[in-house]
Amino acid sequence: MANESFHGHPEVVTTHEVHHDEHHVHHHKETFITKYVFSQDHKMIAKQFLITGMIWAIMGGLMSVLFRLQLGYPDQTFPWLEDILGRWARGGKISVENYYALVTMHGTVLVFFVLTGGLSGTFANLLIPLQIGARDMASPFLNMLSYWFFFGGSIVMLASLFIQTGPFSGGWTFYPPLSALGDASPGSKAGADYWIIGMALFIISSLLGGLNYIATILNMRTKGMSMSRLPLTCWALLFTAILGVLSFPVLLSGVLLVVFDRHAGTSFYLADIFVGGKALPNEGGSAILFQHLFWFLGHPEVYIIILPAMGLVSEIMAINCRKPIFGYMAMVGSLFAIAILAFLVWAHHMFVTGLNPFLGSVFVLLTLLIAVPSAIKVFNWLTTMWRGNIRFTPAMLFAVGFVSLFISGGLTGIWLGNSTLDIHLHDTYFVIAHFHIVMGVSAFFGMFAGIYHWFPKMYGRYMNNSLAYIHFWVTLVGAYLIFWPMHYQGLAGMPRRYFDYSQWLSFSQFSDLNKFISTVAMIVFAVQLLFVFNFFYSIFKGRRVTSTNPWHATTLEWTTPVRPGHGNWPGEIPEVHRWAYDYGKDGRDFIPQTEPVGPNESKHH
Amino acid sequence: MTTTGFFIVAILALGFLITFQIAKASEYVSILKGEKKSFEQNNKINAFLMVVFLVLGLIGVWYCNKLLYKKTLLPYPSASEHGENIDTLLWITLIITGAVFIATQILLFWFAFKYQHNDKRKAYYYPHNNKLEVIWTTIPAIALCVLVGFGLFYWFRITGEAPKEAMQIEVTGKQFEWIFRYPGRDNTFGKKYFRLIDPGKLNQLGMLWSDTTLQGPSRPDHHDHTKMVSTSTELKADPAGFDDIIIQSKPMYLVKGQPVKLIINAQDVIHDVGLPHFRLKMDAVPGTPTTMWFTPKYTTEEMRQITGNPNFDYEIACDQMCGNGHYSMRGVIKVVTRDEFILWRAQQKPAYADFNPNAGGTAPAGDAQPADSVQAVSKVVK
Repeated sequence: MANESFHGHPEVVTTHEVHHDEHHVHHHKETFITKYVFSQDHKMIAKQFLITGMIWAIMGGLMSVLFRLQLGYPDQTFPWLEDILGRWARGGKISVENYYALVTMHGTVLVFFVLTGGLSGTFANLLIPLQIGARDMASPFLNMLSYWFFFGGSIVMLASLFIQTGPFSGGWTFYPPLSALGDASPGSKAGADYWIIGMALFIISSLLGGLNYIATILNMRTKGMSMSRLPLTCWALLFTAILGVLSFPVLLSGVLLVVFDRHAGTSFYLADIFVGGKALPNEGGSAILFQHLFWFLGHPEVYIIILPAMGLVSEIMAINCRKPIFGYMAMVGSLFAIAILAFLVWAHHMFVTGLNPFLGSVFVLLTLLIAVPSAIKVFNWLTTMWRGNIRFTPAMLFAVGFVSLFISGGLTGIWLGNSTLDIHLHDTYFVIAHFHIVMGVSAFFGMFAGIYHWFPKMYGRYMNNSLAYIHFWVTLVGAYLIFWPMHYQGLAGMPRRYFDYSQWLSFSQFSDLNKFISTVAMIVFAVQLLFVFNFFYSIFKGRRVTSTNPWHATTLEWTTPVRPGHGNWPGEIPEVHRWAYDYGKDGRDFIPQTEPVGPNESKHH
Repeated sequence: MTTTGFFIVAILALGFLITFQIAKASEYVSILKGEKKSFEQNNKINAFLMVVFLVLGLIGVWYCNKLLYKKTLLPYPSASEHGENIDTLLWITLIITGAVFIATQILLFWFAFKYQHNDKRKAYYYPHNNKLEVIWTTIPAIALCVLVGFGLFYWFRITGEAPKEAMQIEVTGKQFEWIFRYPGRDNTFGKKYFRLIDPGKLNQLGMLWSDTTLQGPSRPDHHDHTKMVSTSTELKADPAGFDDIIIQSKPMYLVKGQPVKLIINAQDVIHDVGLPHFRLKMDAVPGTPTTMWFTPKYTTEEMRQITGNPNFDYEIACDQMCGNGHYSMRGVIKVVTRDEFILWRAQQKPAYADFNPNAGGTAPAGDAQPADSVQAVSKVVK
């Protein structure tokens, strides 16, 4: 019912009735401001999220290149760094506090601003209305606000890079007391306040967006689009939004208590502290309480990152294998199982905090349970490819890469989720390898797959294939070269978040490897710039899309014009008669969802 | 910017430009050739690369292992019994997950190659099969039960109560060093309170070494709210702390074969006592003491022979981000024989002596004479 208020239908009507009233394309006068800046069109908002996310991704990636420079070449100085970064790299060497600032911001930016805001924001906005057959989101206005809160949060977080005492530098997990005590670290002075404000705005954005996505999917599906006919992208985005709506407020309340501890003299997380030469008055707080609150968001957060990627990959797999996704109901069921379990496993991040061992054992059991729905998904993707007729579009390549990375990173989750092994591997490079592969790189692969696949829908043009192939192969090989050897560093007990390993007897044997990893990281980063270039170049100069359905897909977004206006369908909203995966049925390459079931059609679903 | 800087940027830009031009040209070529033909060509190349990636990838996994395995902790035995349990579970997990890894990656890339687009073939319409779904729900579930079973068995063993004869050592983390405290001849830790910490007076841990009155904040009187009363707390000196030994910026000494229980504290932010060779780790949380126990199996000397590294030492690495000096928060553990330990302990002076050098008779335990101390220590060490 997105547009009724514009058209003067205040009375409550059903979705379909409104749609029938709206045969015309939007005829409001669009100014530059309403079309490109304060747009309420879900497709434009998706692009805004995507491009903001890409800018953040470049910055977050660049941060990792900079701190990898220190890790790979700890004894060298790079005078040109000072030219670029000024006081961050006096004498051509990144200083300790800036190293930690980079590490912290890299995590914060990529986890929240790129892989949550950028990924969900883009594809939930773009695909939900288009695939369920709606003219826009349930509330286009809140949707617009969602982007602008995201933008505001981005600005605050970005501003924190420029303040005197530097941005927050205690790790993206923001553990107090470190984050609460300015005396414990310069980054915990004003930088921590900026971090909190930036995250608060981000969380508001995420809630406005999430509520909208849920309302839209539940209420605004077109005629015939029952939940069991929903494309898996929409299912994944629905569960993602539910996870976000239920878990982000907990993070917000958690950091709000840090604000009180910082500025109002409370002792939620502080007790018995002697810092900066004096004993603090705080007694009775629990530093571990924050970790419970943080990971109650933090763990669902990793599924908020990976579920949309799973949805995009499932869709792209089916389309390019020219086969239905194998086990649609199992795919939905496993998404549901993952979403439920996401809330029951948070303390597996806390096995070595002094947690009650019995409580720990419960979390071991629940954590390893997640491997079951994950395994179902992997086997279903494999079976989808089995006896397919696979087209290796850039999107499909990234989808295959996603599955490979998800397997590799998922299996090490079985190591870390088992508390006994976690005692040894906790906070080592093994953990870095695990989560970068399973939720960092593979979520990026899902995102790349989505961008390549839906670029024609977004801009009416194709991205350049040759650049895309280079992008894929270098990134896939590079990701493994960077993160695979880190498992070995972890098995040597090498801790995360160290500025320099040279004084350690146990960890200094990897200097050659560190150099190698840093070099590969730089190459991979450069290739991402190639992707960014391809993206922006293709917006203006890419090969034009000539047919409305270039991938021969069944879903509704390909029934809109090549460049749909606000409202998506110039005529009536199409009606849906079948599920989204009738590929290769009865000898036909594909049957669009809009085609009524024929009298002689075989019954499979 | 230096000339090299410019040079690097120029080369990068040139590389970008060339790649881009080639990519653009290939797009034109594909239009000339016809979309279908160029699609088929690209598809073949990418499908072939999938197999190449699989083969090279598996070789790479083997090669990486060959290069790096010897740099991990695994070629040598774990230095504690708990660590041996952890290593066992690690191998079990590696076998199970390794098999799944190889099988699924081979299937993935092999399918990608084998079922690449072919005009003559039609994709097989195969939407679901409940039997298959049940199979790959139950098999992972069973495998995971095995892992959970082993895992929890060892977990409760490791996190269970320390044996009664365990030596107790208190570890305190502060930015950015470790302080160790041994209970002294009375085998009892003296009380401490964080408000008494005073590095200037050589009381790093806030030991209750003298009677102290702590002035608290003023608060309104309960009966008459216009009046303020000041709160204060009387703290009595705890004689049990007079003989405690405090070790700072020097190694912690442990006895081979004797269980040790660490009582872990932090003064400022969260730290973590990471003991890679013992495969153990425990957070140090301000305000909430934690514990961890283990039994060292090899002396430092023995470990030097086992690893063939004459400079080997057991290291304590801080494993929880604790501020800018996190990476330098290093401690050393010396595992020695019982006799060596008794000798070492005999040489340690109670920290109280430095705090109050002329206390002499005030300390009830008396500044232990070496001979006396050796006796006491052997009692403690049993």
